[in-house]
Amino acid sequence: MAETTISGRLTNLANPTRFLELVGRFLPWLAAIALLLTFAGLAMGFAAPEDYQQGSTVRIMYLHVPFAWISMFCYMLMAAAALGTLVWKHPLADVALKAAAPIGATFTALALATGSIWGRPMWGTWWVWDGRLTSVFVLFLMYLGILALTRALDDPQRSARAAAILTLVGVINIPIIKFSVEWWNTLHQPASVMRLDGPTIHPSLLWPLLVSAIGFTLIFFTLHLMAMRAEIWRRRVAVMRRMAAKRAENRAPA
Amino acid sequence: MRLTADNLGGERGGEPVFDGVSFALAAGDSLVITGQNGSGKSTLLRVVAGLLPVAAGTVRLNDGGEDFPDVASACHYLGHQNAMKPALTVAENLDFRRDFLGHPLMTTEAALDAVGLDSVGALPFGYLSTGQRRRIALAGLLVSFRPVWLLDEPSAGLDLASERRLTALMQGHLAEGGMLIAATHLPLGLDDAKALVMPGGGSG
Amino acid sequence: MLALYIRDVKLGIRAGGGALVGVLFFLAVIAVAPFAIGPDANLLARIGPAMLWIGALLASLLGLDRLFQVDREDGSLDLLILGSSRHMLPLTVFVKCLAHWTASVLPLVVAAPVLGLLMNMSPLATFATALTLLAGTPAIVFIGAAGAAVAVSLPRGGLLVSVLVLPLVIPVLIFGVSASYAASTQPDPFLPPFLMLCALMLFFAVIGPLAAAVALKGASD
Repeated sequence: MAETTISGRLTNLANPTRFLELVGRFLPWLAAIALLLTFAGLAMGFAAPEDYQQGSTVRIMYLHVPFAWISMFCYMLMAAAALGTLVWKHPLADVALKAAAPIGATFTALALATGSIWGRPMWGTWWVWDGRLTSVFVLFLMYLGILALTRALDDPQRSARAAAILTLVGVINIPIIKFSVEWWNTLHQPASVMRLDGPTIHPSLLWPLLVSAIGFTLIFFTLHLMAMRAEIWRRRVAVMRRMAAKRAENRAPA
Repeated sequence: MRLTADNLGGERGGEPVFDGVSFALAAGDSLVITGQNGSGKSTLLRVVAGLLPVAAGTVRLNDGGEDFPDVASACHYLGHQNAMKPALTVAENLDFRRDFLGHPLMTTEAALDAVGLDSVGALPFGYLSTGQRRRIALAGLLVSFRPVWLLDEPSAGLDLASERRLTALMQGHLAEGGMLIAATHLPLGLDDAKALVMPGGGSG
Repeated sequence: MLALYIRDVKLGIRAGGGALVGVLFFLAVIAVAPFAIGPDANLLARIGPAMLWIGALLASLLGLDRLFQVDREDGSLDLLILGSSRHMLPLTVFVKCLAHWTASVLPLVVAAPVLGLLMNMSPLATFATALTLLAGTPAIVFIGAAGAAVAVSLPRGGLLVSVLVLPLVIPVLIFGVSASYAASTQPDPFLPPFLMLCALMLFFAVIGPLAAAVALKGASD
């Protein structure tokens, strides 16, 4: 009985073993490309012309927009992972969800902070409770809630389902964030990049934005893969500790 | 050092559980309390430890010296629960016990070795099996010195080898002049222990 | 005693992120306020200190009922009471309160300035509120310990502890909020209510652990 659960756990980890191998090989390259693109994007951003209204303040856009984009992208990724957990019960899916939550929370906090710093000179206040800002703040709270939930339960099996369900329920917030600028009259400017009729932003500003957005997205993936690797290792340590406790029992009578 | 109980009575929830219990233990003496379920074995131990108020009679410790002025200060109490934190490692649990209780006796390693679990010090207590937890709780008796051990079903959950080890631990404690009161329904292997049979609850 | 403090702080941080849940609750309470009141920045700035105080008060009551209950369930409470011949039981309770405050309530005080920003409060008012929270929240924990000790043997003591403790912390709330307001509105002096708050905290630091110790001794069975 004890043997089957241990070997069952090990076969569960067999797949992650291949994953770890792949990550080990590709991670340095991914990290290098991500940093390169990010620096290139930010450098292009500094070379780009200033906004005629906002002056050099507009440059914070090259941080704020990627952060905000990643905060939503990360949540969608977690929702996909949640589906993977609930439907296919893939062991990596839960690892992906759990590893993404703190990164998503960090990027959301950064998006809120950069937005706040941007808003101070533009709107004259650090914070307003309008549709966009509030819904992103709610997203931040949801990240923290998922984080607390995954930390609260010790058993990965049980916490996986709970976190997956919570994540899927929270998906409803993502379209609210996306369309909040259109549904409510707010200070936050409406969408200017992802529009059906093409971007309204000038190409000289758009290109640096795109490059830095891709760069930051790759940084996100780098961090995510590293966090997944750490999470897999953490679980293996837990399994090994339980096995060590069992072994101590077996050796005791001798 | 002498531990005496005189006409001791105990109650739980306002209802008398036992009364008229008397015993006297000198250094090296042990007392094994047996009796049916509900006859008040656990209550007696808790009354002696001072965790429950004395309903009648007295319990006293004589010649405890400066270190052990009263009964409670001289007691190790091992109840049904192990008094260990599952989230902390075994070593952290034992180290805390020693620091908090004072009178350090054994190192954590030596105490773990004495219960045959020398390799689990770095593991969280919650990872251990029921029997292992009980043995760690027994190791907790060894990390700091108390002349009187009050053990409530000390062998619960232990296998044969561990029971033998428990007997050896108790005999060692008695040989060094300790005292011991154990409530149990299983034989503990203490040959020259005094016996106290609690008058049965209910059917008597 | 230091060992007990370190153990309890470790447990507070390790055991399922209790500290994180407290801060999260605080954030959620503050985030709900503008929905209920409306996003009027001036109004929010005016009620900001009071909202922060109520949020922090509720959040610090959150984990208080477990203060002794966890120890009781795993038997360590017996250990603490049995050790009372060496360490006075009120002192043990005091140390447990300090550890609980460090692990679960101090994060709230740290989060308060950020939330002040969200409530559109002026920097002065924000820091005054954080300062009053720093001085006032220990009082909540100390008096809450007495409530937690009284309810320790009840299976569902959680809500009861809050109900028992809330009336007792009203003075803390009064002086905390009035000191926060006094800092930003000019004619009122800041120092008198703030010193009253500190005095209350010290008073509760004595009364709370003493009452809790008596209750714990009586509650053990």
